[in-house]
Amino acid sequence: MATLSERAAHLPAAAAIPPIELLQLSHNYGSRQALENLSLVVRPREIFGLLGPNGSGKTTVFRILSTLIVPTGGSALINGFDAARDPNRVRSQTGIVFQASNLDIKLTVTENLRHQGHLYGMSGAGLAARIHEVLDRLGLSDRAGDYVETLSGGMRRRVELAKGLIQSPSVLLLDEPSTGLDPGARRDLWQYLAMLRDREDVSILVTTHMMEEAERCDRLAILNEGKLVAIGSPWELKSAIGGDVVLFETDSEETAASLAARMAVRFSVEPAVLGKTVRLEREEGHRFVAGAVEAFPGEIDAVSVSKPSLEDVFIQRTGHRFWSEAKENELWQR
Amino acid sequence: MATMTAASPRSSQVQSPGILLPAYSLWLREIVRFYRQKARVAGVIASPLLFWIVLGSGFAHSFSSAGSGPTSGSYMGYFFPGAVAMIVLFTAIFSMMSLIQDRNEGFLLSVLAAPVSRSAIVLGKVLGGATLAAAQGVIFLVFGPLAGVPVSASGVALSVLVIAMISFELTAMGFAIAWPMDSTQAFHAIVNLLLIPLWLLSGSLFPLSGASGWLRLCMMLNPLTYGVEALRSSLYPGASTQFPLPVNLAVTAGFCLLTFAASWAIANRRTHRPAA
Repeated sequence: MATLSERAAHLPAAAAIPPIELLQLSHNYGSRQALENLSLVVRPREIFGLLGPNGSGKTTVFRILSTLIVPTGGSALINGFDAARDPNRVRSQTGIVFQASNLDIKLTVTENLRHQGHLYGMSGAGLAARIHEVLDRLGLSDRAGDYVETLSGGMRRRVELAKGLIQSPSVLLLDEPSTGLDPGARRDLWQYLAMLRDREDVSILVTTHMMEEAERCDRLAILNEGKLVAIGSPWELKSAIGGDVVLFETDSEETAASLAARMAVRFSVEPAVLGKTVRLEREEGHRFVAGAVEAFPGEIDAVSVSKPSLEDVFIQRTGHRFWSEAKENELWQR
Repeated sequence: MATMTAASPRSSQVQSPGILLPAYSLWLREIVRFYRQKARVAGVIASPLLFWIVLGSGFAHSFSSAGSGPTSGSYMGYFFPGAVAMIVLFTAIFSMMSLIQDRNEGFLLSVLAAPVSRSAIVLGKVLGGATLAAAQGVIFLVFGPLAGVPVSASGVALSVLVIAMISFELTAMGFAIAWPMDSTQAFHAIVNLLLIPLWLLSGSLFPLSGASGWLRLCMMLNPLTYGVEALRSSLYPGASTQFPLPVNLAVTAGFCLLTFAASWAIANRRTHRPAA
């Protein structure tokens, strides 16, 4: 990617260079393929979501962009600079908020930020002013002298965000930023991200496994097993599914399979079987439900009709649920 | 709400932080963290003192002729440089254990993802640990007169230099060992297996002249032997040592460079595997 890097170096405006670009990005951990030919572009001043279940490869993308691992194939560019070949250039333009806390709890809030500033070559009065500004913006000014170990989880996350912003990055990467936050703190975080996008022209990439969080992104890429499944705005993705999503719950997997087969013949639809549930997409779902329940009495335990969600997009494109085996891990984490 | 961009430059204009500023910041953090953990301060000062008194007086009876020179006739006197080396070793081990903690707590991630050269990270961490180790070793010198150490300006100055070198080599070695590790338990295993024997066979407890065969060979190959010998000659001018002072100093300095280079090389590897 020498040509791209050179172009970036000679064009100060960088108008044509996307903040983040992945080109045929692949990565494997030993024999396990974590990413396969992933290509996508994040546009300037957007909040871009990487949505996927655990193991879908989104954390691998995050690690590659934050220069912590070198991909085994393809390239990842930030402002035109290759994360593998030019890591220090990439590092200086990128703010990072990791999933796990990375604060030194024995230091105060200000000491943590000062240390971070030093790592980016900032010092003295300029750094002090920037710390003051970031703390003020995040509502942390009155906690500036407190030891991090005395802060709540939500407060610590704000300090981590402040840490990621200390060098005024043009690209901000966040890995599962809502982890461990209560709904109020989560709302504050997203308001703040929108403010950064609108007023500071920051391009933001967020990885998430939460649908409601993905809904807040301007655009998002859905990943499954290291591959790109869909990309677009949440609205575009959902409107690509025709009509309503109809779910029929049955008492066993066998019943579901046979019900799906018979429905396919009778109503000329293409139902999918997800465990004990039969799922299909249909215009005017409520009318279809009435006909189906009459046609197969006693086999259907429960019915639901809904507008498509992002999870439906995932199911439609992959043929399986968002939380298949990942659900158990989730429970352990809570 | 004014915009932040107005007051601060975009990162693309931020210059490379160089080596000194990040190294200074990492060094300072080590020092600050140390004195905020009072138990650590107390433990590291008190335990070698206890060791020196208990071990020293215990062995003194069985080793009554172990004195290695006219000015250090008692075993307590012989054991004193070894006790200093032990303090330094303990502190170096403890401070490099923080590297594993930094990795597990995620702190190291934000350092690795910053535009900082790896030599700055090694330098900051190792100098931080070495400063703490050396400071405690030097503080322990206060007990020197009790052990029959003659007080002279040149002796103290040379001792401080040697203590600084031993601190640096042990901390840098701890860094190289701790960097690839992800658990403090594994580090403890290495400490017991490698670092404690390193100290036991350094001439701290018994002199090289008294050892024979393979034990003697181990002691000759042990780089810490030369540090302890150098310390013995600077504390007790005229004490009989196996090698002359310039040799001891040169070997110790060489080992400082070697361990630092090893740490630098280990920290510089970029991999396809997760860093933490």
